[in-house]
Amino acid sequence: MDLASLLDLIDSTIRLSTPLLFAALAGLYSERSGIFDISLEGKMLIAAFASASAAAVWGSVLLGLVFGILAAVGFSLVHGLASITYRGNQIVSGVAINFIAAGLTIILGQAWFGQGGRTPSLFGGGRFTAVELPFAEAVRDVPVIGPIYSGVLSGQTPLVYVAFAMVPLTWWVLFRTRFGLRLRAVGENPAAVDTAGISVTFLRYRAVIICGVLTGFAGAYLSTGQAAGFTRDMTAGKGYIALAALIFANWKPVPVMFACLLFGFLDAVSIRIQGVELPLVGEVSVQFVSALPYILTVILLAGFVGKATPPRAGGVPYVKER
Amino acid sequence: MSRPYAKLPAWIDYGLIPLINLVVAFLVAGLVVVAVGESPLQAAALMLRGAFGYAEGFGFTLYYATNFVFTGLAVAVAFHGGLFNIGGEGQAYVGGLGVAAVALSLGAVLPWWLNLPLAIALSFACGALWAFIPAYLQAKRGSHVVITTIMFNFIAAALMVYLLVGVLKPVGSMAPETRTFDAGGQLPKLRGLFELFGFNLGGAPLNVSVFVALLAAVLVYVLIWRTRLGYEIRTLGFSPRAARYAGMSETRVIVVTMMISGGLAGMMALNAVMGDQYRLAIDFPQGAGFVGIAVALMGRGHPAGIVPAAILFGMLYQGGAELAFDMPAISRDMIVIIQGLVILFAGALENMFRPGIGAAYQRVRFRTEEPAGANVGEAR
Repeated sequence: MDLASLLDLIDSTIRLSTPLLFAALAGLYSERSGIFDISLEGKMLIAAFASASAAAVWGSVLLGLVFGILAAVGFSLVHGLASITYRGNQIVSGVAINFIAAGLTIILGQAWFGQGGRTPSLFGGGRFTAVELPFAEAVRDVPVIGPIYSGVLSGQTPLVYVAFAMVPLTWWVLFRTRFGLRLRAVGENPAAVDTAGISVTFLRYRAVIICGVLTGFAGAYLSTGQAAGFTRDMTAGKGYIALAALIFANWKPVPVMFACLLFGFLDAVSIRIQGVELPLVGEVSVQFVSALPYILTVILLAGFVGKATPPRAGGVPYVKER
Repeated sequence: MSRPYAKLPAWIDYGLIPLINLVVAFLVAGLVVVAVGESPLQAAALMLRGAFGYAEGFGFTLYYATNFVFTGLAVAVAFHGGLFNIGGEGQAYVGGLGVAAVALSLGAVLPWWLNLPLAIALSFACGALWAFIPAYLQAKRGSHVVITTIMFNFIAAALMVYLLVGVLKPVGSMAPETRTFDAGGQLPKLRGLFELFGFNLGGAPLNVSVFVALLAAVLVYVLIWRTRLGYEIRTLGFSPRAARYAGMSETRVIVVTMMISGGLAGMMALNAVMGDQYRLAIDFPQGAGFVGIAVALMGRGHPAGIVPAAILFGMLYQGGAELAFDMPAISRDMIVIIQGLVILFAGALENMFRPGIGAAYQRVRFRTEEPAGANVGEAR
């Protein structure tokens, strides 16, 4: 494998792990506060649809992003209402949101655009365009560093940089601010936080809203950054894979990034491996390759690589008085 | 607000509250219909007419309901054990392999009534096998059964495409499906039975597996409430610590519960593959595995609730298909929204109206029984 194809592989790894990273960090805030969230998938989907629709109608990708975030936060608040205020089953609520998002995107898309659930193709200002970092052209001819800088680091869409900037930011918020300390505490022992006079409900709602904002970014990236428009079920299980990355990374921000890069890498490899003759195995079937991320997720979750310790109060509604 | 919920009489808990939740779910679905510019009342009328208005439509409704009884029971059995099996779709899909194995190999040799028990056994076994790995990993490695079963849905889809495109497809055929089963691999339709009563089912695919579904519902009731294993399952679901303290093997109960659940989902293939299509085709469950979640929640995990809930969703499927002819803006995907709303309001938000209903009930009760004790309700 030469340098050019290696860089190409790294480049597509970064692109493919960006939505996973947004979604996994979104899940991180929610689950660290004690609210399990398997509705990352549905929120990404509705955000992808909302941002592609808004971008198609007004031709502005930023407006698209805003609508994507609003849609995802709206769904987050439903999840919060069910799991915080009404103390319902958080998994059931998540499943419900995933179904509603899957159906709603198609029905509304068909009613508004009449293209079988797709949104019109985006072009020009309706899409995020590549950002050229300074001196990218100038250093292109420098050996090794040049291609890496100008080919991989430069020329990504702005949301890619935002996603990777969110990793240190999340770390800082979680481990260096008062809000972060309380957020982690409410996921481990809400009664202690309550005793200290801090509202468990308000804290958890804030976590859930942050989760919505980040899944909004994830969805907007899918439909207006990576692709040029919304297509039916375009998340294709990415929300679940992000969740797996979160579990695999033990609910810690920096490991989350590496887990997402790993899953993104597998995705990038699987596109390239199709139809290639491998030693010992022979030609790899397309179906096996497409199932590979899910199979690996199961293997990773089975804990053959380390033990997952979820936030202790995760999934348990908080009852103030007994 | 943050107090534990008061205990209410059974008719409110199992009758009134689920009914109100269901009504709210349908009201919200009506808003979606308004949003796409159609009349919800007209849509509901079209749907009801399509599902119950004539015998053939009713036959289709019961055919779909049969699918949902199987998958609803599957989800409910796991629920009683405190396990959330979202993998019904994949388990049903793989269950199709068991049905196809019997129908393809013995279809020309044995009559259908001998093949049916074999197909039941094999479809159950295939579905159970597909649930075994997530169950084992949950019990032994602590990996969450919700996520592993979701992953197994994706893996099942890939596996079945691989088998249907590469292995099971007859030579020279383009369509990714098996050959049509011989006569012994086809379950008889109930057309003749209904003609005795003067109904013409027409082309409705309602077949004998509806009786298998009803039998399964009875057996699930017996299993959960009348056997030792059922007691263990409910104990595990109620309190894993109590189950452990009582000396029950957590691993065994988790694995067995999930395998029964997966097996029931797998039996759904009887109805679709052996009862209707007579061949194993791509994506035959068509989301029935997921509908099972809504059906189980609406039926509150009890077979007596699951059967009517399955008929309701059968009505939505059949009526929805008819509706799509008259209102092209409302396609099958509308059902997915309704399904999600039912899961939301009957499942996750089941407590939303409880405090209000509870307070109203207390007020009514105290006013009629002891007019002086108006404050007692507050003190509880």
